[in-house]
Amino acid sequence: MNISAEIWQAFVVCVAAIFTQNILLSYFLGLCPFIGVSREIKAAFGLGAAVIFVMVSTCMLNWLAYRYVLLPLNLHFFRFILFIVIIAAFVQFVEMVIDRFSPRLYQTLGVFLPLITVNCAILGASLFMVIRNYTFIVAVGYGLGSGIGWFVAIVAMAGIRQKLKNDRIPPGLQGAGITLIITGLMALAFIGFTGVLQGG
Amino acid sequence: MAQEILVAVLIVSLTSAALATLLAVSERFLSDYGQCRVLLNDEKEITVQGGKTLLSVLSDNKIFIPSACGGRGTCGLCKLKVQEGAGLLLPTEEPYLNQQERDSGVRLSCQVKVRNDLKIQIPEELFNIREFTCKCAEITDLTHDIKQFRFELVEPDKIDYIPGQYIQLLTPVYEKSSEEVYRAYSVSGDPADKNHIELIIRYVPGGICTTYCFKYLKVGDEVRFNGPYGQFRLTDTDSPVVFIAGGSGMAPIKCILHHMKNNGIKRTAVYYFGAKKVKDMFMQDLMKKFQDELPDFKFIPAVSSPDPDEKWDGQKGLVTEVVKRDLKNAAQHEAYLCGSPGLVDAAEKVLVELGLTEDKIFYDKFA
Repeated sequence: MNISAEIWQAFVVCVAAIFTQNILLSYFLGLCPFIGVSREIKAAFGLGAAVIFVMVSTCMLNWLAYRYVLLPLNLHFFRFILFIVIIAAFVQFVEMVIDRFSPRLYQTLGVFLPLITVNCAILGASLFMVIRNYTFIVAVGYGLGSGIGWFVAIVAMAGIRQKLKNDRIPPGLQGAGITLIITGLMALAFIGFTGVLQGG
Repeated sequence: MAQEILVAVLIVSLTSAALATLLAVSERFLSDYGQCRVLLNDEKEITVQGGKTLLSVLSDNKIFIPSACGGRGTCGLCKLKVQEGAGLLLPTEEPYLNQQERDSGVRLSCQVKVRNDLKIQIPEELFNIREFTCKCAEITDLTHDIKQFRFELVEPDKIDYIPGQYIQLLTPVYEKSSEEVYRAYSVSGDPADKNHIELIIRYVPGGICTTYCFKYLKVGDEVRFNGPYGQFRLTDTDSPVVFIAGGSGMAPIKCILHHMKNNGIKRTAVYYFGAKKVKDMFMQDLMKKFQDELPDFKFIPAVSSPDPDEKWDGQKGLVTEVVKRDLKNAAQHEAYLCGSPGLVDAAEKVLVELGLTEDKIFYDKFA
């Protein structure tokens, strides 16, 4: 496959990962920080941006590790352990760098990094990319799309929850309860994108 | 086969080791902020290794800042004023600080990292906060669900606290709880007895700490607590005092009464204590004794719904109703409240109706 075709496929996969196969709304991965940090748009924005960054970078790293370490040695069944170790180490490392060199970036993005170190959405993206046999460029597109998809979902949720602040919600449903219900409705709405693209 | 397993284990170990080394090395160089100086209240200076949070740096130096969540940024108790060197306000702190606090440089000490020299303000009384080890000396039943616990201090063997303050009791890991938790209880004992503390605790069904105290703690057991904390205390004025309490809210009031007796404080004081049934009343004899010993103190117990077979010739009705009936005008008073949030709210409302302004009403609300 030539480069331009690959880039086109990466684009298609990316758009599909944002809308039709949103990692949060159709796979329900990464729910914990999604519920915990979606109270305000500002925080949701920071966390979403951190997820995009981490997903793209870890997809690259994990693809390389899988292709050049695990496959040649016939150790693909070790991908779970290796991927999670790489993700954790990478996030730690990035947090240290940001913390040291850019207080402003640390303020907007860095503080959220520890929250997503062991996030299942991040690991999920790496695993899907391997299972679906993506090439490097397509994998990067997939990581980017999954990240953006997660970002869109959490920012939308934070917007809805800010609106909900003044509404009377039955006590038993306040907080996580109503958030899960809204997540379900959002997931239904996203089903509407099915058929727009058949990517991946 | 064996070779395959060996290779697999080796590869994974090697990769993990390589990553760990990378992290360790980069931490060595990146997170090395050198020695930082922290200036406390413009007088005391401590030199610390940079890179950790302010909260942990302070607790390493035996300065304990109240923190219920253990530094995760979810309780908002560890507020401190940082005058210089804190860096930008983090989004994790924002929900806990109002505009006035932000303007004056208040921060959550569990979120502020020590990266450079800092100048901070700590309320004076926090310097007094220590961790204590003590032995349970006595457990007394007060009612069917309230007990008094007396602890003998072991290390350090003396405590100085202001009557009305509370301590945080550590519940160790036991059958019903897999982690250590702290719970706050007001000190009820005589402050002159510096070798002991007493707590009055009411059993909360399913509560981690109260279940431990009621069902597991035995005389002679060793427990730990830290403190003292809290702003609840008797003021220095001569205004007449009204105390209102219910249940285990007896604790800080009893402590303040001991203090008044010890120091010959002659203020006019009246104490309304509420209970639901007669069997929920306790320490009436002790309160009568205070009534005899203090020059101008009156104890008025109130029972809201006595059982028909219970004999009760004192005041009847909710304690707040009794206050309203009995006190009539509270404009000159100072009020000290302790009890459930419901009681505190209701009492505050009644007192305001009786002419008291809110700045003269003091309480620690324990949810």
